[in-house]
Amino acid sequence: MKIIVAGDGKVGLAVTRELSREGYDLTVIDSKQEVLDDSVGRYDVMVVKGNAATMGTLRTANVQEADLVIAATSADETNLLCCLTARKMNPKIHTIARVRNPEYIEQQFAMREELGLSMTVNPELAVAGEVHRILQIPAFIKRDTFAKGRAELVELKVQPGSRLVGIPLSEMNQIAGVKVLVCAVTRGSETLIPNGSYVLREGDHIHVTAQADDLARFMKNLQISTHPVRQTMIVGGGRVSLHLARLLLRAGISVKIIEQDAARCIELAGLLPKASIIHGDGTSQDILDSEGLEHTDALVTLTGRDEENLVVSMYANQLGVPKIVTKVSRIENTSMFEQMGVGTIVSPKDLCSANIVRYVRAMHNQTGAMLTLHRIAGDRVEAMEFLVDDQVRHCGTPLKDIPLRPNILLACVSRQGKVTIPDGNTYFEPGDTTIVVCADIQPPVRQMNDIFAR
Amino acid sequence: MNYKAIFRVVSYALLLEAICMIPGMLLCLMDGEPRVVLAYLAAIAVILAVSIPLYRQGKKAPAAFYAQEGFVATSLAWIVLSMLGCLPFVFSGQIPSYVDAVFEMVSGFTTTGASILTDVEAMSRGLLLWRSFSHWLGGMGILVFLLALTPTQSGGGYTMHLLRAESPGPSVGKLTPRLHQTAKILYILYFTLTVLDLVFLLLGGMPLFDALCTAFGTAGTGGFGVKADSIAGYSPYLQNVTTVFMLLFGVNFTVYYLVLIRHTFSALLDEELRLYLAFFAGSTLLITWNVRGMYRTLGETVRHAAFQVSSIMTTTGFATTDFNLWPSFSKAIILMLMLLGACAGSTGGGLKMARVLLLLKDLRRSVRKSLHPNSVQVVQVNGEALQEQVLRNTAAYLTAYCVLTLGSFLLVSLDGFSVEANISAVFACFNNIGPGLAEVGPTSSFAAYSAFSKVILTMDMLFGRLEIFPMLALLSRHTWRRSL
Repeated sequence: MKIIVAGDGKVGLAVTRELSREGYDLTVIDSKQEVLDDSVGRYDVMVVKGNAATMGTLRTANVQEADLVIAATSADETNLLCCLTARKMNPKIHTIARVRNPEYIEQQFAMREELGLSMTVNPELAVAGEVHRILQIPAFIKRDTFAKGRAELVELKVQPGSRLVGIPLSEMNQIAGVKVLVCAVTRGSETLIPNGSYVLREGDHIHVTAQADDLARFMKNLQISTHPVRQTMIVGGGRVSLHLARLLLRAGISVKIIEQDAARCIELAGLLPKASIIHGDGTSQDILDSEGLEHTDALVTLTGRDEENLVVSMYANQLGVPKIVTKVSRIENTSMFEQMGVGTIVSPKDLCSANIVRYVRAMHNQTGAMLTLHRIAGDRVEAMEFLVDDQVRHCGTPLKDIPLRPNILLACVSRQGKVTIPDGNTYFEPGDTTIVVCADIQPPVRQMNDIFAR
Repeated sequence: MNYKAIFRVVSYALLLEAICMIPGMLLCLMDGEPRVVLAYLAAIAVILAVSIPLYRQGKKAPAAFYAQEGFVATSLAWIVLSMLGCLPFVFSGQIPSYVDAVFEMVSGFTTTGASILTDVEAMSRGLLLWRSFSHWLGGMGILVFLLALTPTQSGGGYTMHLLRAESPGPSVGKLTPRLHQTAKILYILYFTLTVLDLVFLLLGGMPLFDALCTAFGTAGTGGFGVKADSIAGYSPYLQNVTTVFMLLFGVNFTVYYLVLIRHTFSALLDEELRLYLAFFAGSTLLITWNVRGMYRTLGETVRHAAFQVSSIMTTTGFATTDFNLWPSFSKAIILMLMLLGACAGSTGGGLKMARVLLLLKDLRRSVRKSLHPNSVQVVQVNGEALQEQVLRNTAAYLTAYCVLTLGSFLLVSLDGFSVEANISAVFACFNNIGPGLAEVGPTSSFAAYSAFSKVILTMDMLFGRLEIFPMLALLSRHTWRRSL
């Protein structure tokens, strides 16, 4: 499949990396020669220098034969024009545009329809949504929802003194009192897909799938605190903060935003009358202390600098703030921060590229469309949701008789709105949706049939 | 540096070489030459003995592969391939001296066509086939061939550095997004053109073996002949076919791709191509005028002039007449054409028309700038502004080119041949042409040079074919230093 990536910035580069690893024919367009030289040296791609919204550049990139154009330049308008021009030159092409200006959110759907866009992505909005979901149940480090919110995949840390320490996974359900499935465990720097005899240790990060309704009971039985977040402090007042503050305020959580720029503070105060906006340097400990960081339920660091976010989060960790979320935009290897006590890490470009990769894989599929794609355990494990159709093999066969490829787990089957955590006798049939978890395998899983060994 | 990944590249290239020796061996078997067959078998055994440990080492290579690894892997692969590829010549006793054999083999791979053989026709046909086939492999590039054969499933971006290091020209680009695909297209075009050449030669009544060797020599712009008088003994039709095909193989293959596959006919207006054809036409006219009266008819004069110009410009090195006997003006043109070479991205060698174009444009800009110091000018090629970095690299290339040629000239002069012979020998080797002037002219060989000079000239051929920088990287102490 031939794909054009317009704009070789953070998101463009992340998408390029993902897609070139999966073996698509990529052409990258950017106006800066240096970033292009860098890309062509690192990935198997062709590069074109120029303005991605012009016909000449798109023609050089061979848009007539391309299947998809992903517009991720720094300007929304350029992205839209790029998609529009590409469709004019090749009516069959799929188009994905990054639209990040919060002012356009209202017209998002109208634009998508009118301009014939296949998808719009908004990294900031995606991050805000992700952070909001994490803050809803602070005990979970990460939380992904599937099957229209009826199934969840959550990440938990096995705390010292937890009832889970020292028990094999096969006994998990008895202790938890509800049916759950541990689909991945991260111990130190290793992540694996465990079997029933795997014994948990203190400090392990476990990724658990469960029915959404069962999660509360699961936590109660494991004596995990379910103390909800009532107030949140946000450091940095950019686009993500605005999106997030809106979501939190709507959920009745009080919000305090610390922003350095006076003009932006006034703007935010106008946009968010219910939030308290503090003008000051959010990285200074004085300001943080005087604004009551110690007593807040949650801290979210969303400044434009990764280093500042990390340092502020570490300080909050030292003060014992119960829930910390850190935004990391630039740094690629986020797994190295996991041991540093900076809480949950969210990365706009990774969220965005996961979304795009899901779309590309679904486009590539002839059958068994992928509905969602989530990356867990520092991107080493993928959790995907598939729609089962009659092309999928092994329909109606009990799971224990289905030959799966190694490092793949079927984590959930959802039928007519009812979610089942599978055991050996569970089966799937056309119309169901399934959640598949796989760890770092080649070739990648693009469609449901890719998970079977034969 | 990632040695294991370099070992992997070298081991694959060696395996490919062993496979490519098989046709030559089979021909010897058919001709009933058991000694040469044994020599081939022994050579293949040695190649496998070297490549299998390297392959084992390289199997678990980390993925890190950058420009440095690309340069070192390329130059190392070429050196090792030449040092082992010449073993059949040595083992069979037909070129007993190892230095001579390496010279012959490097001359083959680098598509030079300079020979130390005094009597070509005495060689076994099986060895001659391998010698000519090495032109074909080296023309488009051995590692590019590897890239075309082995698709890199994941994380394969690094191989771009190999393409860069091996392909000629100031700026190397891809034709398609996937490198594997680009390499495949290049080889498909190359293969098709070669077959076309072969068919035209066979139609002209050339024997199959001669036609194969001539087609390989033409395609790689190499120039090893299978007859003592190169192409002179063949019919005028065959000579003309060879003239045209040499010229075709000296054209940037991107032009073929754009015209034949993408149907972008504007590629025919490429400035480099126009300069290349202008040089061809101009030189042919001047030489025809200069050597008038030496041949019987005007037609014959034009044929010889065009053949020699095409052969030297594309750095092939076939000959239909002894241009040593031409007047000095014609010889001067030949010497100048040796320096300039063919188009970038072709199978030819030399400085390349693209570089000549850039240097001339840069010179024009400098002159204008000295007249109008405040004027701002951008060098454009085909209507597009050129990066200053490319110009700087081209200037650096020219400097390195001059330093190395002059140094080699100095060292080779120790042997006491005429100045004309020495300078043309260095030019002929560095620019991958083959025959030079005077003592190393088209009717004689390099056999008379001392072993020391042969080593220098062998190095020159490699430097010229790989365009200096990969070889310099191999020799630089910074490459091998462990510390930062």
